Amino acid sequence: MRLINRHPGRAARLFLGSLPFLILVVAYLVASAARLADNPGDKLLPALSSFAQAIETMALTPDRRTGAYLLWSDTWASLTRLWAGLGIATAITLVMGLAIGVLPVMRALLAPVVAFASMVPPLALLPILFIALGLGETSKIALIVIGVTPFLIRDLSLAAAALPREMIVKAETLSASTWLIALRVVLPQVMPRLLDSLRLQLGPAFLFLIAAEAISADSGLGYRIFLVRRYLSMDIIFPYVAWITLLAVAMDLGLGGLRRLMFPWWGLEGRR
Amino acid sequence: MNAITVENVWKEYGDQIVLENLNLSIAPRAFVALVGPSGCGKTTFLRMLLGQERPTRGRILLDGAPLPPEPGPDRGVVYQRYSVFPHLTVLGNVMIGTELRGARLLGRRFGAARRALADDSRAMLAEVGLAGSEDKYPAQLSGGMQQRLALAQALMMKPRVLLLDEPFGALDPGIRADIHKLMKRLWNEVPMTVVMVTHDLREAFTLATRILAFERLRDRPEERLRYGATLSRDIDVWPPRIAGRTTLYDADIPPGQDDLTAFGQVPGTTRHTGAADHAAHSPLA
Ligand SMILES: Nc1ncnc2c1ncn2[C@@H]1O[C@H](COP(=O)(O)OP(=O)(O)OP(=O)(O)O)[C@@H](O)[C@H]1O
Ligand SMILES: [Mg+2]
Repeated sequence: MRLINRHPGRAARLFLGSLPFLILVVAYLVASAARLADNPGDKLLPALSSFAQAIETMALTPDRRTGAYLLWSDTWASLTRLWAGLGIATAITLVMGLAIGVLPVMRALLAPVVAFASMVPPLALLPILFIALGLGETSKIALIVIGVTPFLIRDLSLAAAALPREMIVKAETLSASTWLIALRVVLPQVMPRLLDSLRLQLGPAFLFLIAAEAISADSGLGYRIFLVRRYLSMDIIFPYVAWITLLAVAMDLGLGGLRRLMFPWWGLEGRR
Repeated sequence: MNAITVENVWKEYGDQIVLENLNLSIAPRAFVALVGPSGCGKTTFLRMLLGQERPTRGRILLDGAPLPPEPGPDRGVVYQRYSVFPHLTVLGNVMIGTELRGARLLGRRFGAARRALADDSRAMLAEVGLAGSEDKYPAQLSGGMQQRLALAQALMMKPRVLLLDEPFGALDPGIRADIHKLMKRLWNEVPMTVVMVTHDLREAFTLATRILAFERLRDRPEERLRYGATLSRDIDVWPPRIAGRTTLYDADIPPGQDDLTAFGQVPGTTRHTGAADHAAHSPLA
């Protein structure tokens, strides 16, 4: 049988999917063991036991100075910033994206400036944000908002504008006003797309978050990584990176699940 | 009074003349079939009746009054595709028109009003043969069922005019015969005028009271831009069908075999369209 027609079974898929992870872990363990055999004080590739100990210190032991459990307080600080940023970005996107997608007047007014804004490199704005908004939470949240909103708006307005004209006309023959067309015809049909593009923007959002925290913060996942970098604490950095990745993956899966739950019709038409 | 009056209507897109000098009037309760070669402007004409496009010249009257410049609930439409909303269930699709008309802020009905509307909508769905599919999404329906749904959705608004753009073009013959029966019954029962674009002459003669043919009278390549299509044939189907009354014609001939074109002649009387000189070129001749 041709390779293109061979479909792995359930067990085989699970095995194949975990294979690359296994290879990575084994490769790490081999390399780490080799370096530690050379020099027991090596900090670059710590052994699993060091990770366990670092995780224990960060997650399960209260900090001596503040009494907080650092991993959890860092996670909380970062996630509130991230969620605030993404929430504000989503709210702005719903209003502006729908307006641009549905109303020709608003498209004429806003589409050029959004297209322009989406080309500004957000990280280059960071100093400006710090100067204008101070070093507190506002500037970090603002960076995330500025970083992801233009993309979200463009994506949403394109999706709205791509709805077949027939569907809009059909709604008009069902006596819908402009507002009702936006609310009951366009919005529900672009929401799944918005959730998907939010998923795609999780990566950039974390990037902006960590960049902002690295430069100025007193808590947060990015702050911690850049803090312990000074002591070459790979035993803390690696688990933190893995944790951030895990958080991003969980949010990605969560948004995907939310989309399937809220919009069961999406994808029925062989769109994917 | 005429349901639809078209006076000296021209439609141009940029330099291209698509339709030229259309004059016709359509009686209330007529079932008009619009035929013609591909690209001759049938959809364009329907869009003008819908209010989605404006004539470049001339005017269109609806029940004697100028046509509103945008689509509205007095003119329903069913397209070949995209007629129903993929994000609503079958029941939701039938309910949405009434909800949009009644609840101008949220476009939704709640409580008792919603239950009453749902009951009406179920009755309408039963009418078009979709009972039992209320909770499915359109993508889970066959093509024929989707078109039945589209009809039900449009009819909930009780439109004065129902516009159909090749609504059954993608259906296979068996399903098409079924839906023709439904279409005939709906036209008999619902007080509306129907204009239907079709590529299928047989369908036109099966359903319509009157057949309009659009055609380019000058169709050499160099003429294509400067001359549009116009009304080339206007045929009253005979024996006449009258809405609300099953005609002799319908009673005599079993459904599916009522194809008079098979006899090699056009059953009907041809009106003068001003294009009769060119009739020799007509595929219907
Ligand atoms: N929005 C538009 N802009 C420019 N030209 C258009 C537009 N819409 C239609 N046309 C042109 O008008 C002509 C008639 O198109 P129309 O869709 O009305 O044909 P039709 O009779 O419905 O054809 P078919 O039977 O294939 O559906 C075509 O030549 C088409 O290119
Ligand atoms: Mg067409």
